[in-house]
Amino acid sequence: MNQQTNFGDSSASATRITPGFALRPEDIALAAEQGTAKPGEDVGEYALRLGDDALILAQRLGHWISRAPELEEDVALGNIALDQLGHARSFLTYAGAAWGKTEDELAYFRRESEFRSAHLFEQPNGDFAATIARQFIVANYQFPLYRELTKSSDPMLAAIAAKAVKEVDYHLDHSTQWVLRLAGGTAESRRRMEAGLKLMWPFAGELFEDDELTARLGGAGVAPSSLKDEFDRSTGAVLAEAELDVAGHPMATGGGRHGHHSEYLGPVLAEMQVLAREFPGAGW
Amino acid sequence: MARNMQQGGRSAPRNAAEAPVVEALSAEDAAGLENFDRIIAKDSRVEPRDWMPEAYRRSLVRQISQHAHSEIIGMQPEANWITRAPSLKRKSILMAKVQDEAGHGLYLYSAAETLGTTRDDMMDALVAGKARYSSIFNYPTVTWADMGAIGWMVDGAAICNQVPLCRASYGPYGRAMVRVCKEESFHQRQGFEILLELANGTPEQRAMAQDAVNRWYAPSLMMFGPPDDDSPNSKQSMAWNIKRFSNDELRSRFVGMLAEQVKVLGLELPDDQVRFDADTKKWEYGPLDWEEFKEVLAGRGPCNAQRLERRRSAHEDGAWVREAAAAYAEKQAAQHTAANAQKAAA
Amino acid sequence: MGDKEAMESPTPEPTEGAHRWPLWEVFVRSSRGLSHVHAGSLHAPDASMALRNARDLYTRRNEGVSIWVVPSDAIAASDPDSKGSFFESPQGKDYRHATYYTKSEGVKHL
Repeated sequence: MNQQTNFGDSSASATRITPGFALRPEDIALAAEQGTAKPGEDVGEYALRLGDDALILAQRLGHWISRAPELEEDVALGNIALDQLGHARSFLTYAGAAWGKTEDELAYFRRESEFRSAHLFEQPNGDFAATIARQFIVANYQFPLYRELTKSSDPMLAAIAAKAVKEVDYHLDHSTQWVLRLAGGTAESRRRMEAGLKLMWPFAGELFEDDELTARLGGAGVAPSSLKDEFDRSTGAVLAEAELDVAGHPMATGGGRHGHHSEYLGPVLAEMQVLAREFPGAGW
Repeated sequence: MARNMQQGGRSAPRNAAEAPVVEALSAEDAAGLENFDRIIAKDSRVEPRDWMPEAYRRSLVRQISQHAHSEIIGMQPEANWITRAPSLKRKSILMAKVQDEAGHGLYLYSAAETLGTTRDDMMDALVAGKARYSSIFNYPTVTWADMGAIGWMVDGAAICNQVPLCRASYGPYGRAMVRVCKEESFHQRQGFEILLELANGTPEQRAMAQDAVNRWYAPSLMMFGPPDDDSPNSKQSMAWNIKRFSNDELRSRFVGMLAEQVKVLGLELPDDQVRFDADTKKWEYGPLDWEEFKEVLAGRGPCNAQRLERRRSAHEDGAWVREAAAAYAEKQAAQHTAANAQKAAA
Repeated sequence: MGDKEAMESPTPEPTEGAHRWPLWEVFVRSSRGLSHVHAGSLHAPDASMALRNARDLYTRRNEGVSIWVVPSDAIAASDPDSKGSFFESPQGKDYRHATYYTKSEGVKHL
């Protein structure tokens, strides 16, 4: 019924909607099927890391929808979660092409130790300030990462990054706006912002650790350590403006890239995977 | 449009529900009424700053705010499955849909605000349990197939209701509905496709789909409201060109659509009395349990308390964030003013 | 919005209405070459958040290439009650329209 609906005279107005054009996970799946996107195992493993980070974060952020501090923020966090989920699907679809697996086989049928997410992404939402602290670190890491990845020698990684970097640019802006407001708002919001940073900051360290894989990747990937200076500068500028100090927060040991996860990942996966595993092989 | 716009000309009461009943019309009101009647007779649109009868304003505030609340409460039964969606594609779709519902609630609250009420007042009434919302959202979503049934039947019924509302006589409501209807066109289809996948899946998936259709069928029919002879507000609402069709007319039309579409799914409607009456040219259906409807509406449904509590806690847990942002904005504005004063003095 | 005293106190007490975000009107340009058109309204604590909220709320489906937000309070509107007289003047001045000039009809390029 809605298809032949007359919507009145608004076709020339600001309600005109279109799907737009961008690289979609379906395009990558098609390329993988046709054999035009076939990453090696190293690139696959690297894409798994990026995809798992984004997937677990999207799973976390999705929980905010219907629970945000204001309805406008439900919509904003929803957009960020959808962006991250889109990046996850692209990276996982591409990663799967290395082993003949689909994005869903990777997301729903891997064990905890086979996930490659960093601990930061696994941290619980906490209150809004803790979520903003996590977003702030994530965006300041993902923005330069994806920008550099657009220069990757692997064309598919570069293409996924080119779509993602524009979206993460907005995530960076969103988290910055909120860090400033929570730090400079009321005494209560400042206390919570400080507490949120204290919770999340220790997990920033893991993001910038190089290992054998990132060394082997060379120009296909981005060396995590190469992003650290920019991260320090960009977060430092905002934290200085907000008069927040993170210098005293110790860095935690990570291990997510090698399957050693925080206690939080297991329950996240249990919830995410439960239905798919009840009906293995079923279509949805 | 803007809340303050009622302040020019004739001022609107801040809370229309508390407006005193005016016995005799002043000359100004009589002229206003004449103009209002002319607008309705021409099937033109009433805009926020126009004179309108208090009862019209009240009726709109009630209907639009209930509609907005339904969008916001309606996020919850589906948000329940975002984290468990069985494929990443379905997860994206569901997340986008629930997020759209927040947006639709916002469009509608905006429309209601043009009538002189505020979103805070409406939200306060909702969390205090004083406002109504569509009673269907007080049923639980117990399986994934419920995401399909809600999209197909609940959104389907909502669209049947909403498409004629795009022509509602109150401009801002009609415009909000245009936007909502455009965005919702994908909501019903995605639900139908979930059911189609399940119906063509394993025997357990198929059973899950049929079970969901069984549970959501009657509540979705009741979304159109009580039968016409038991719907006190309907007649007036139609006379004002807010509603364009009666509850029973829309319900019958909806049953006809379901009856055709369910064949494509290869499932069955849990109603053996569905048939097209060639004489009346209307779709007939079996009796609905209006007692249950009234019970759920009165707050005695399976999830009423849970839904309100969730909205209340989100609102209260967010208070410190809203205060922080407001305080920050005030500080920034004060700094800006001080800087300007300094510049002027120099 | 809020109470001015709350701002000066180091630990502001939440006052009635202190958290109420003001209303903004949103105007969206759907593509280059077109005007900004009123899309709706929203609540936000300040202009920069209003712009961001407008982006999230009103352009989720590529509806726009540019957004304006205006505090609702800042809009001055004509009085609907004087509608008749306010917009009366142009009525009947058909000599302002090309269709009034019938004798030149058929003359090329005119």
